[in-house]
Amino acid sequence: MTGRRLRRTSLYIPGTNPGMLANASVYGADSIILDLEDGVPVSEKDAARILVRNALRAIRYRGVEVTVRVNALCTPFGKDDFEEIIPMAPDAIRLPKCESAEDVRQSDALMSELESRNGIQPGTVQIIAITESASGGTKLSEIAAASPRIEALNYGAEDYTADIGAVRTKEGHELDDIRAKVIVAARIAGVQALDSVFGDVNDMDGLYAEAFRVRQLGFDGKSVIHPRQIPVVHSAFTPSEKEIKFAKRVMKAFHEAASRGSGVIALDGRMIDAPVVARAQKIIALAEAAGCLLIEG
Amino acid sequence: MNTERTGVSGSLESCDALVIVVLPSDSEGLEIEIDSPSIASFGEEMRKSVRETLESVGVFRGSVKIQDRGSLDCTLRARVETAARRALAGDVREKVNT
Repeated sequence: MTGRRLRRTSLYIPGTNPGMLANASVYGADSIILDLEDGVPVSEKDAARILVRNALRAIRYRGVEVTVRVNALCTPFGKDDFEEIIPMAPDAIRLPKCESAEDVRQSDALMSELESRNGIQPGTVQIIAITESASGGTKLSEIAAASPRIEALNYGAEDYTADIGAVRTKEGHELDDIRAKVIVAARIAGVQALDSVFGDVNDMDGLYAEAFRVRQLGFDGKSVIHPRQIPVVHSAFTPSEKEIKFAKRVMKAFHEAASRGSGVIALDGRMIDAPVVARAQKIIALAEAAGCLLIEG
Repeated sequence: MNTERTGVSGSLESCDALVIVVLPSDSEGLEIEIDSPSIASFGEEMRKSVRETLESVGVFRGSVKIQDRGSLDCTLRARVETAARRALAGDVREKVNT
Protein backbone atom coordinates (compact mmCIF):
# COMPACT_ATOMS: atom_id res chain seq x y z
CA MET A 1 0.00 0.00 0.00
CA THR A 2 1.18 3.48 -0.73
CA GLY A 3 0.27 6.43 1.46
CA ARG A 4 -3.08 6.53 -0.34
CA ARG A 5 -6.49 5.81 1.09
CA LEU A 6 -7.52 2.38 2.26
CA ARG A 7 -9.15 0.29 -0.48
CA ARG A 8 -9.38 -3.24 0.88
CA THR A 9 -12.79 -3.66 -0.72
CA SER A 10 -14.47 -1.98 -3.68
CA LEU A 11 -18.15 -2.92 -3.93
CA TYR A 12 -19.88 -2.94 -7.30
CA ILE A 13 -23.34 -1.36 -7.23
CA PRO A 14 -25.40 -1.75 -10.42
CA GLY A 15 -26.28 1.69 -11.79
CA THR A 16 -29.76 0.40 -12.55
CA ASN A 17 -30.74 -0.39 -8.96
CA PRO A 18 -32.10 2.61 -7.01
CA GLY A 19 -32.37 0.70 -3.74
CA MET A 20 -28.74 -0.39 -3.76
CA LEU A 21 -27.61 3.05 -4.91
CA ALA A 22 -29.42 4.62 -1.95
CA ASN A 23 -27.82 2.23 0.54
CA ALA A 24 -24.41 1.84 -1.11
CA SER A 25 -22.44 3.29 1.78
CA VAL A 26 -23.98 1.21 4.57
CA TYR A 27 -22.40 -2.13 3.68
CA GLY A 28 -18.97 -1.25 5.07
CA ALA A 29 -16.86 -1.34 1.90
CA ASP A 30 -13.90 1.02 1.74
CA SER A 31 -14.91 2.06 -1.76
CA ILE A 32 -18.06 1.78 -3.83
CA ILE A 33 -18.26 1.45 -7.61
CA LEU A 34 -21.47 2.82 -9.08
CA ASP A 35 -21.47 0.82 -12.27
CA LEU A 36 -22.48 2.11 -15.69
CA GLU A 37 -20.53 -0.48 -17.66
CA ASP A 38 -20.84 -4.27 -17.73
CA GLY A 39 -23.47 -4.36 -14.97
CA VAL A 40 -25.89 -2.36 -17.11
CA PRO A 41 -27.68 -3.70 -20.22
CA VAL A 42 -27.24 -1.64 -23.36
CA SER A 43 -30.95 -0.76 -23.35
CA GLU A 44 -30.58 0.82 -19.87
CA LYS A 45 -27.36 2.79 -20.35
CA ASP A 46 -29.23 6.09 -20.54
CA ALA A 47 -31.35 5.35 -17.48
CA ALA A 48 -28.38 4.23 -15.37
CA ARG A 49 -26.34 7.29 -16.34
CA ILE A 50 -29.12 9.66 -15.20
CA LEU A 51 -29.90 7.64 -12.08
CA VAL A 52 -26.25 7.55 -10.96
CA ARG A 53 -25.80 11.24 -11.74
CA ASN A 54 -28.82 12.08 -9.58
CA ALA A 55 -27.62 9.78 -6.80
CA LEU A 56 -24.24 11.53 -6.76
CA ARG A 57 -25.99 14.87 -6.62
CA ALA A 58 -28.48 14.00 -3.85
CA ILE A 59 -27.11 11.22 -1.65
CA ARG A 60 -24.45 11.85 0.97
CA TYR A 61 -22.22 8.79 0.94
CA ARG A 62 -20.42 9.04 4.26
CA GLY A 63 -17.19 7.28 5.19
CA VAL A 64 -16.65 5.63 1.83
CA GLU A 65 -14.81 6.42 -1.37
CA VAL A 66 -17.30 7.03 -4.20
CA THR A 67 -16.24 5.92 -7.65
CA VAL A 68 -18.10 5.39 -10.92
CA ARG A 69 -17.22 2.79 -13.53
CA VAL A 70 -17.99 4.65 -16.73
CA ASN A 71 -18.04 3.14 -20.19
CA ALA A 72 -14.80 3.58 -22.10
CA LEU A 73 -14.53 6.49 -24.52
CA CYS A 74 -14.15 4.02 -27.39
CA THR A 75 -17.77 2.89 -26.86
CA PRO A 76 -20.93 4.77 -27.91
CA PHE A 77 -21.70 5.48 -24.24
CA GLY A 78 -18.40 6.77 -22.88
CA LYS A 79 -18.58 10.44 -23.77
CA ASP A 80 -22.13 10.83 -22.42
CA ASP A 81 -21.06 9.10 -19.20
CA PHE A 82 -18.17 11.50 -18.70
CA GLU A 83 -20.34 14.52 -19.43
CA GLU A 84 -22.94 13.55 -16.84
CA ILE A 85 -20.67 12.10 -14.15
CA ILE A 86 -17.55 14.29 -14.02
CA PRO A 87 -19.54 17.46 -13.08
CA MET A 88 -20.74 15.55 -9.98
CA ALA A 89 -17.07 15.20 -8.90
CA PRO A 90 -16.99 11.64 -7.59
CA ASP A 91 -13.73 10.71 -5.85
CA ALA A 92 -12.63 8.71 -8.89
CA ILE A 93 -13.78 7.09 -12.07
CA ARG A 94 -12.94 3.49 -12.86
CA LEU A 95 -11.75 3.48 -16.44
CA PRO A 96 -12.38 0.14 -18.17
CA LYS A 97 -10.69 -1.08 -21.35
CA CYS A 98 -7.67 0.99 -20.38
CA GLU A 99 -5.12 -0.55 -22.71
CA SER A 100 -2.63 2.24 -23.40
CA ALA A 101 -1.31 5.56 -22.12
CA GLU A 102 -3.32 7.22 -24.89
CA ASP A 103 -6.56 5.83 -23.41
CA VAL A 104 -5.68 7.53 -20.12
CA ARG A 105 -4.62 10.79 -21.76
CA GLN A 106 -7.84 11.04 -23.78
CA SER A 107 -9.92 10.54 -20.66
CA ASP A 108 -7.74 12.94 -18.67
CA ALA A 109 -8.16 15.68 -21.29
CA LEU A 110 -11.93 15.32 -21.39
CA MET A 111 -12.11 15.25 -17.60
CA SER A 112 -10.05 18.45 -17.34
CA GLU A 113 -12.32 20.18 -19.85
CA LEU A 114 -15.45 19.09 -17.97
CA GLU A 115 -13.98 20.01 -14.59
CA SER A 116 -13.06 23.50 -15.82
CA ARG A 117 -16.46 24.02 -17.40
CA ASN A 118 -18.18 23.09 -14.12
CA GLY A 119 -16.04 25.06 -11.70
CA ILE A 120 -14.09 22.07 -10.43
CA GLN A 121 -10.32 22.25 -10.02
CA PRO A 122 -8.84 20.25 -12.94
CA GLY A 123 -7.32 17.04 -11.66
CA THR A 124 -9.81 16.65 -8.82
CA VAL A 125 -11.40 13.41 -10.04
CA GLN A 126 -8.94 10.53 -9.87
CA ILE A 127 -8.67 7.54 -12.20
CA ILE A 128 -8.49 3.86 -11.33
CA ALA A 129 -7.39 2.16 -14.54
CA ILE A 130 -8.82 -1.24 -15.45
CA THR A 131 -6.81 -3.23 -17.97
CA GLU A 132 -8.61 -6.06 -19.73
CA SER A 133 -6.45 -7.27 -22.62
CA ALA A 134 -3.16 -8.96 -23.34
CA SER A 135 -1.99 -5.80 -25.08
CA GLY A 136 -2.89 -3.64 -22.09
CA GLY A 137 -1.13 -6.08 -19.80
CA THR A 138 2.16 -5.26 -21.53
CA LYS A 139 1.64 -1.49 -21.11
CA LEU A 140 0.75 -1.20 -17.44
CA SER A 141 3.77 0.90 -16.55
CA GLU A 142 2.98 3.50 -19.21
CA ILE A 143 -0.70 3.45 -18.21
CA ALA A 144 0.22 4.06 -14.57
CA ALA A 145 2.50 6.96 -15.53
CA ALA A 146 0.16 8.55 -18.10
CA SER A 147 -1.58 10.93 -15.70
CA PRO A 148 -1.20 12.20 -12.14
CA ARG A 149 -4.87 11.28 -11.75
CA ILE A 150 -3.99 7.58 -11.75
CA GLU A 151 -4.61 6.33 -8.24
CA ALA A 152 -4.57 2.57 -8.71
CA LEU A 153 -4.25 -0.19 -11.28
CA ASN A 154 -6.89 -2.87 -11.59
CA TYR A 155 -7.55 -5.59 -14.13
CA GLY A 156 -10.66 -7.33 -15.45
CA ALA A 157 -10.20 -11.04 -14.84
CA GLU A 158 -12.88 -12.32 -17.20
CA ASP A 159 -11.99 -10.14 -20.18
CA TYR A 160 -8.26 -10.63 -19.68
CA THR A 161 -8.39 -14.40 -19.48
CA ALA A 162 -10.73 -14.52 -22.48
CA ASP A 163 -8.27 -12.38 -24.42
CA ILE A 164 -5.25 -14.55 -23.65
CA GLY A 165 -7.24 -17.74 -24.25
CA ALA A 166 -6.96 -19.03 -20.69
CA VAL A 167 -9.50 -21.24 -18.95
CA ARG A 168 -11.00 -19.71 -15.81
CA THR A 169 -10.52 -21.85 -12.74
CA LYS A 170 -11.38 -21.47 -9.09
CA GLU A 171 -7.68 -21.67 -8.21
CA GLY A 172 -6.98 -18.70 -10.46
CA HIS A 173 -3.48 -19.66 -11.63
CA GLU A 174 -4.38 -18.26 -15.06
CA LEU A 175 -4.23 -14.83 -13.38
CA ASP A 176 -0.71 -15.23 -11.99
CA ASP A 177 0.76 -13.41 -14.97
CA ILE A 178 -1.48 -10.33 -14.94
CA ARG A 179 -1.39 -10.09 -11.15
CA ALA A 180 2.40 -9.96 -11.19
CA LYS A 181 2.35 -7.31 -13.92
CA VAL A 182 -0.19 -5.15 -12.07
CA ILE A 183 1.77 -5.32 -8.82
CA VAL A 184 5.11 -4.44 -10.40
CA ALA A 185 3.73 -1.60 -12.52
CA ALA A 186 1.81 -0.17 -9.55
CA ARG A 187 4.86 -0.25 -7.33
CA ILE A 188 7.04 1.44 -9.95
CA ALA A 189 4.48 4.23 -10.34
CA GLY A 190 3.74 4.52 -6.61
CA VAL A 191 0.05 3.76 -7.03
CA GLN A 192 -2.14 1.03 -5.56
CA ALA A 193 -2.75 -2.44 -6.99
CA LEU A 194 -6.31 -3.71 -6.80
CA ASP A 195 -7.38 -7.28 -7.51
CA SER A 196 -10.40 -8.33 -9.54
CA VAL A 197 -13.59 -10.00 -8.29
CA PHE A 198 -14.16 -13.52 -6.97
CA GLY A 199 -17.30 -14.58 -8.76
CA ASP A 200 -18.79 -17.28 -6.51
CA VAL A 201 -20.77 -15.40 -3.86
CA ASN A 202 -21.56 -18.64 -2.02
CA ASP A 203 -17.94 -19.79 -1.58
CA MET A 204 -16.63 -17.80 1.37
CA ASP A 205 -13.70 -20.15 2.00
CA GLY A 206 -12.58 -19.78 -1.60
CA LEU A 207 -12.95 -16.02 -1.40
CA TYR A 208 -10.91 -15.83 1.81
CA ALA A 209 -8.16 -18.00 0.34
CA GLU A 210 -7.94 -15.88 -2.80
CA ALA A 211 -8.04 -12.58 -0.91
CA PHE A 212 -5.36 -13.80 1.52
CA ARG A 213 -3.17 -14.90 -1.38
CA VAL A 214 -3.45 -11.61 -3.28
CA ARG A 215 -2.64 -9.68 -0.12
CA GLN A 216 0.51 -11.80 0.20
CA LEU A 217 1.34 -10.96 -3.41
CA GLY A 218 1.16 -7.26 -2.57
CA PHE A 219 -2.31 -6.19 -3.62
CA ASP A 220 -3.94 -3.40 -1.64
CA GLY A 221 -7.49 -4.63 -2.04
CA LYS A 222 -10.03 -6.53 -4.06
CA SER A 223 -13.28 -5.78 -5.84
CA VAL A 224 -16.42 -7.48 -4.51
CA ILE A 225 -19.80 -8.08 -6.10
CA HIS A 226 -21.93 -8.77 -3.02
CA PRO A 227 -22.03 -7.10 0.41
CA ARG A 228 -21.53 -10.45 2.17
CA GLN A 229 -18.07 -10.68 0.57
CA ILE A 230 -16.91 -7.50 2.33
CA PRO A 231 -16.15 -8.83 5.85
CA VAL A 232 -14.42 -11.87 4.37
CA VAL A 233 -12.04 -9.76 2.29
CA HIS A 234 -11.47 -7.35 5.17
CA SER A 235 -10.59 -10.30 7.34
CA ALA A 236 -8.08 -11.57 4.77
CA PHE A 237 -6.55 -8.10 4.59
CA THR A 238 -6.32 -7.80 8.38
CA PRO A 239 -2.80 -8.49 9.65
CA SER A 240 -2.27 -11.26 12.19
CA GLU A 241 -1.57 -10.49 15.84
CA LYS A 242 2.05 -11.53 15.33
CA GLU A 243 2.42 -9.19 12.34
CA ILE A 244 0.91 -6.27 14.25
CA LYS A 245 3.14 -6.78 17.29
CA PHE A 246 6.25 -6.92 15.14
CA ALA A 247 5.19 -3.88 13.12
CA LYS A 248 4.63 -1.86 16.29
CA ARG A 249 8.07 -2.82 17.60
CA VAL A 250 9.64 -1.84 14.27
CA MET A 251 7.92 1.55 14.34
CA LYS A 252 8.94 2.10 17.97
CA ALA A 253 12.56 1.33 17.12
CA PHE A 254 12.31 3.57 14.06
CA HIS A 255 11.01 6.53 16.07
CA GLU A 256 13.59 6.01 18.84
CA ALA A 257 16.39 5.97 16.27
CA ALA A 258 14.96 9.10 14.62
CA SER A 259 14.80 10.94 17.96
CA ARG A 260 18.45 10.09 18.56
CA GLY A 261 19.28 11.38 15.09
CA SER A 262 20.49 7.94 14.18
CA GLY A 263 19.91 6.48 10.74
CA VAL A 264 20.69 2.98 11.94
CA ILE A 265 17.83 0.98 13.37
CA ALA A 266 18.32 -2.29 15.19
CA LEU A 267 15.73 -4.65 16.59
CA ASP A 268 16.60 -7.89 18.38
CA GLY A 269 20.14 -7.45 17.10
CA ARG A 270 19.02 -7.23 13.47
CA MET A 271 19.23 -4.25 11.16
CA ILE A 272 15.89 -2.75 10.21
CA ASP A 273 16.01 -1.05 6.83
CA ALA A 274 13.59 1.11 4.87
CA PRO A 275 11.55 -1.69 3.23
CA VAL A 276 10.89 -3.25 6.64
CA VAL A 277 9.72 0.10 7.99
CA ALA A 278 7.49 0.60 4.94
CA ARG A 279 5.98 -2.85 5.44
CA ALA A 280 5.41 -2.11 9.11
CA GLN A 281 3.65 1.15 8.22
CA LYS A 282 1.38 -0.73 5.85
CA ILE A 283 0.51 -3.32 8.50
CA ILE A 284 -0.21 -0.60 11.06
CA ALA A 285 -2.54 1.14 8.57
CA LEU A 286 -4.40 -2.07 7.84
CA ALA A 287 -4.63 -2.93 11.55
CA GLU A 288 -5.87 0.56 12.32
CA ALA A 289 -8.59 0.22 9.67
CA ALA A 290 -9.61 -3.12 11.11
CA GLY A 291 -9.65 -1.76 14.66
CA CYS A 292 -6.84 -4.09 15.77
CA LEU A 293 -4.30 -1.58 17.06
CA LEU A 294 -5.12 -2.26 20.70
CA ILE A 295 -3.04 -5.44 20.57
CA GLU A 296 -0.16 -4.98 23.00
CA GLY A 297 3.07 -4.47 21.11
CA MET B 1 -53.13 14.16 -37.90
CA ASN B 2 -52.63 13.69 -34.18
CA THR B 3 -49.45 11.91 -33.22
CA GLU B 4 -47.87 10.83 -29.97
CA ARG B 5 -44.52 9.70 -28.67
CA THR B 6 -44.12 7.52 -25.60
CA GLY B 7 -41.18 6.94 -23.26
CA VAL B 8 -41.04 4.44 -20.41
CA SER B 9 -38.49 4.16 -17.61
CA GLY B 10 -38.02 2.49 -14.24
CA SER B 11 -39.63 -0.54 -12.66
CA LEU B 12 -42.10 -1.70 -10.03
CA GLU B 13 -39.27 -2.86 -7.75
CA SER B 14 -39.07 -1.46 -4.23
CA CYS B 15 -37.44 2.01 -4.08
CA ASP B 16 -38.14 2.55 -7.77
CA ALA B 17 -40.91 4.08 -9.88
CA LEU B 18 -42.34 3.12 -13.24
CA VAL B 19 -42.84 6.22 -15.34
CA ILE B 20 -44.68 6.55 -18.65
CA VAL B 21 -44.44 9.84 -20.49
CA VAL B 22 -46.72 10.42 -23.47
CA LEU B 23 -46.15 13.44 -25.67
CA PRO B 24 -49.15 13.95 -27.93
CA SER B 25 -49.06 16.68 -30.49
CA ASP B 26 -52.46 18.00 -29.56
CA SER B 27 -52.43 18.36 -25.77
CA GLU B 28 -52.46 21.48 -23.67
CA GLY B 29 -50.44 21.58 -20.46
CA LEU B 30 -49.11 18.76 -18.32
CA GLU B 31 -51.25 15.99 -16.91
CA ILE B 32 -49.56 14.20 -14.01
CA GLU B 33 -51.00 11.04 -12.46
CA ILE B 34 -49.21 9.53 -9.48
CA ASP B 35 -49.95 6.30 -7.66
CA SER B 36 -47.75 6.19 -4.57
CA PRO B 37 -47.82 5.09 -0.91
CA SER B 38 -46.36 8.54 -0.17
CA ILE B 39 -48.99 10.52 -2.05
CA ALA B 40 -50.81 11.74 1.06
CA SER B 41 -47.66 13.14 2.65
CA PHE B 42 -45.56 14.13 -0.33
CA GLY B 43 -47.96 14.39 -3.26
CA GLU B 44 -47.35 18.08 -3.87
CA GLU B 45 -43.57 17.73 -3.63
CA MET B 46 -43.66 14.80 -6.04
CA ARG B 47 -45.73 16.75 -8.56
CA LYS B 48 -43.33 19.67 -8.25
CA SER B 49 -40.33 17.38 -8.90
CA VAL B 50 -42.03 15.84 -11.92
CA ARG B 51 -42.95 19.22 -13.36
CA GLU B 52 -39.47 20.71 -12.77
CA THR B 53 -37.80 17.69 -14.33
CA LEU B 54 -39.98 17.72 -17.41
CA GLU B 55 -39.47 21.45 -17.90
CA SER B 56 -35.69 21.01 -17.55
CA VAL B 57 -35.71 18.82 -20.67
CA GLY B 58 -38.13 21.06 -22.54
CA VAL B 59 -41.38 19.19 -21.96
CA PHE B 60 -44.26 21.55 -21.17
CA ARG B 61 -47.19 19.51 -22.34
CA GLY B 62 -48.14 15.86 -22.35
CA SER B 63 -49.15 13.26 -19.83
CA VAL B 64 -47.14 11.43 -17.18
CA LYS B 65 -48.27 8.33 -15.36
CA ILE B 66 -46.21 7.23 -12.36
CA GLN B 67 -46.45 4.07 -10.28
CA ASP B 68 -44.19 4.81 -7.35
CA ARG B 69 -42.76 2.14 -5.07
CA GLY B 70 -41.15 4.35 -2.45
CA SER B 71 -38.56 6.01 -4.65
CA LEU B 72 -36.31 8.79 -3.40
CA ASP B 73 -36.78 12.18 -4.99
CA CYS B 74 -33.53 11.76 -6.95
CA THR B 75 -34.79 8.42 -8.31
CA LEU B 76 -38.18 9.81 -9.27
CA ARG B 77 -36.52 12.70 -11.07
CA ALA B 78 -34.15 10.31 -12.87
CA ARG B 79 -36.98 8.06 -14.03
CA VAL B 80 -39.05 11.00 -15.25
CA GLU B 81 -36.09 12.53 -17.09
CA THR B 82 -35.22 9.21 -18.75
CA ALA B 83 -38.80 8.53 -19.82
CA ALA B 84 -39.14 12.09 -21.17
CA ARG B 85 -35.85 11.88 -23.08
CA ARG B 86 -36.89 8.53 -24.52
CA ALA B 87 -40.23 9.99 -25.58
CA LEU B 88 -38.53 13.00 -27.17
CA ALA B 89 -36.14 10.71 -29.05
CA GLY B 90 -38.74 8.12 -29.92
CA ASP B 91 -40.57 7.35 -33.11
CA VAL B 92 -43.64 9.45 -33.81
CA ARG B 93 -46.71 7.26 -33.97
CA GLU B 94 -50.13 8.14 -35.24
CA LYS B 95 -52.53 8.52 -32.34
CA VAL B 96 -55.54 6.25 -32.48
CA ASN B 97 -58.61 8.08 -31.28
CA THR B 98 -61.08 5.75 -29.62
